[in-house]
Amino acid sequence: MSALKQYTDLFSQYGERINAASSAALNALRPAALAALEGKELPRKGSEDYETTDLDAMYAPDYGLNIDRIDVAADIDEPFRCDVPNLSTSLYYIFNDSYHGSGFTSGQLPGGVIVDSLRNATGTAADIIRKHYGTVAPIGDPQVALNTLLAQDGILVYIPAGVAVEKPIQLVNLLRANSPVMTNRRALIIVEPGAQAKMLVCDHTQSDGIDFLNTQVVEVIVGKGATFDLYDLEEASERTRRVSSVWVRQAAESNVLINGITLTNGTTRNDYHIEIEGEHAETRLLGMAIGSNSQHIDNHTYIGHNVGYCHSNELFKYVLDDEATGAFTGKILVAPGSPRTEAYQSNRNICASNTAKMYTKPQLEIYTDDVKCGHGSTVGQLDQEAMFYMQTRGISCQEARTLLMQAFMSDVIDGVRLEALKGRLHHLVEKRFAGTLAQCGTCAAARTCHAKIKK
Amino acid sequence: MDKEQNSKNIIDEATEGEYKYGFVTNIDTHVIPKGLNEDVVRYISSIKGEPEWLLDFRLRAYRHWQKMEMPQWAHLDIPPIDFNDISYYAAPKQKEGPRSMDEVDPELRKTFDKLGISLEEQMRLSGVAVDAVMDSVSVKTTYKERLAELGVIFCSISEAVRDYPDLVKRYLGSVVPYTDNFYAALNSAVFSDGSFVYIPKGVRCPMELSTYFRINAADTGQFERTLIVADDDSYVSYLEGCTAPMRDENQLHAAIVEIVVEDRAMVKYSTVQNWYPGDKDGKGGIYNFVTKRGLCRGDFSKLSWTQVETGSAITWKYPSCVLAGDNSVGEFYSVALTNNYQQADTGTKMIHLGKNSRSTIVSKGISAGHSQNSYRGLVRVAPKATNCRNYTQCDSLLLSDTSGAHTFPYIDVRNDSSVVEHEATTSKINEEQIFYCNQRGISTEDAIGLIVNGYAKEVLTKLPMEFAVEAQKLLQVSLEGSIG
Repeated sequence: MSALKQYTDLFSQYGERINAASSAALNALRPAALAALEGKELPRKGSEDYETTDLDAMYAPDYGLNIDRIDVAADIDEPFRCDVPNLSTSLYYIFNDSYHGSGFTSGQLPGGVIVDSLRNATGTAADIIRKHYGTVAPIGDPQVALNTLLAQDGILVYIPAGVAVEKPIQLVNLLRANSPVMTNRRALIIVEPGAQAKMLVCDHTQSDGIDFLNTQVVEVIVGKGATFDLYDLEEASERTRRVSSVWVRQAAESNVLINGITLTNGTTRNDYHIEIEGEHAETRLLGMAIGSNSQHIDNHTYIGHNVGYCHSNELFKYVLDDEATGAFTGKILVAPGSPRTEAYQSNRNICASNTAKMYTKPQLEIYTDDVKCGHGSTVGQLDQEAMFYMQTRGISCQEARTLLMQAFMSDVIDGVRLEALKGRLHHLVEKRFAGTLAQCGTCAAARTCHAKIKK
Repeated sequence: MDKEQNSKNIIDEATEGEYKYGFVTNIDTHVIPKGLNEDVVRYISSIKGEPEWLLDFRLRAYRHWQKMEMPQWAHLDIPPIDFNDISYYAAPKQKEGPRSMDEVDPELRKTFDKLGISLEEQMRLSGVAVDAVMDSVSVKTTYKERLAELGVIFCSISEAVRDYPDLVKRYLGSVVPYTDNFYAALNSAVFSDGSFVYIPKGVRCPMELSTYFRINAADTGQFERTLIVADDDSYVSYLEGCTAPMRDENQLHAAIVEIVVEDRAMVKYSTVQNWYPGDKDGKGGIYNFVTKRGLCRGDFSKLSWTQVETGSAITWKYPSCVLAGDNSVGEFYSVALTNNYQQADTGTKMIHLGKNSRSTIVSKGISAGHSQNSYRGLVRVAPKATNCRNYTQCDSLLLSDTSGAHTFPYIDVRNDSSVVEHEATTSKINEEQIFYCNQRGISTEDAIGLIVNGYAKEVLTKLPMEFAVEAQKLLQVSLEGSIG
């Protein structure tokens, strides 16, 4: 039996219960999702764009699903053992795949901004969900279809036209369970024309010894002239499997920055799909992955230049140690009739051990002539001369190595448009390379902040 | 506006240029009926008087081919091909091979004259030995005796099967097994003829070996098979050039080139492919589905591929190097030009298995008209292949807003001491450079010729003299003034 079948069978059996514990807007798309999965299979290792990642195997184990939305006893304080100094955020939580919100920060959001549960939203929020849910992520993608079939909750972020949200919106996803669990999370982010917002999403596993399959589909609609930053940080346990896809639709003159950071994880597959649909838009897609032990990190990106006069810049960097596997497959497509497009893609990797593997496939598909496009990819090692130089100046081999790796990652971190987070990331990466990154990074400020507010 | 109009006219002139090698030679040709089945395979084998083992090889390949499907992964729009609508064997009807130039059919000699490779001229002036292959059977082999003195074997595959069965048996299918891919299986089942080259130990082949393939009979597939073996410390430079007459129906060409390079040997393989690309509406043209692969088996061995691809309606071709020997070197230099409705998906594979192996890939794509031009390449470094080095550069030049240029590199590195670099750029032809030339009295047409030739120079300089001139002419003919 293919892995997919067990989920479609599960839906056939418990579809009513899944619907009963979700909202009408989410339920509305389930029949289409089921139809889209008919006769399909999840990509297996070796198929195009899945050269190193076996999605079928990731979905194959028997995970439990919280289809009745039973309240998970999660401890908000527990995960936050570290902090991000000076990073005060509007903080929201998702425990496994249930939205928990956070009462104490919602009042700080500017008027009209909505952050709510996809399941329990009412009034205007419910209308927004009904209008936009499932309009960006294509149901034809098996991963999206499966998430659509099973997702019961998630987060809605709505920024009305012209509103600039100063404080970053932070979403903390916590995974906690006593037995293997599959979570299906959904996020819908709408940034109306002229609005500005920054969002930080962190994934954490609280139960280290438990297997998780953590799937998410994020839909982002960025209106004309709007600016949106999304920082997607993963610090999960080695037994966590993550299948994430982020779908972005960008209107004219908009500016989008997406930064995907994998610090610790088990097996991760991240898809970033960006469709540029209006002229003079700018996209920056950054990514960074640090892999050790048997971590597996696979990033797949797609930037579609469907109109002219746009600019995109993509940079992904990997450092792989021990038996870690890294994969990067990226495509830039310039559609016919998209003049003056500038698109650059770069993927730089370091294999720090003899057993680390890197697979990379940067691609360009260009159907018009008035473009400036380029891509580059390298796989190599740390500069031995630089290592030697530092050692002659009394810096130990280990320290020199750490310094060089940090320097290697610095241009991805420098792309962050949030000063406090940038500083924090430098610190986290330093700790990660030094092997002392025990727990989550960015959320800590939140915890301090949380504690203060509680008092 | 006038300037734009002027450029447009120039494109039209250039793109509407007649295919200058389009003519049909009226030679009495022996063609078997269309269709493919075991009997056809047996028939081909029997009329060539092949030994049992080769028939077996063909039949195994045929049976395997039946289980396979046409690959669809390339960035190509291939119309369905009816493999039973093709005749799998065509040979000029001549009872015995000619012993001297005088015995060669005058019609055939005229064909070569039109191609600009008159045998006499070649023999007298350039010292190139030509094994001219016309629709599957070798009709003329030159300089054979001189080569024989050195122990170099340069003959058709059919002769080699007869005269050197041990060598052929040992190497045939060793680099490209019949299970490799759909077209390789097809070729293994029905290959008609081709060249065989063996360079003995320590011999440096004194001349460049050359073959001209020419598809002549209508609706006949051409299934060439080339096998080159360079033994220890030897060297050979092999040239292959292709032209096909103008015909409306698409013709299929599925060739295999296998190269084995032993210790410290070097093989240089150069191709100028100028098959009929179809007319300006995309009608007709050759389908070129070729499997070319070299095995650098020996330590310090070297294989260098150089190709200039300007012809064929559809090109599906990835000359590859398996770098199995320690310190072996693989090179791939390519210029691929597509115009009108041509489609090309071409590139290379560099498989690093030996320690300290090195590879260089330089690919230059030029797209004009409504064509689609893709580079697809694989660089793989095996876990035990330490200290490997690869450098890949692929540039694309776009000459019209309706053409496409695509890059699909696959990079797979499995150790920590190898360095792999890939770099690609895609851009329009530089208008400032054209303007600069215009200012100095150089017409737009000439300026484009200059720019494109400059752009492709890195590859053209890798070609042997005889080919470099032809390649340069070809680029100019195909591209003059093509600015959109």
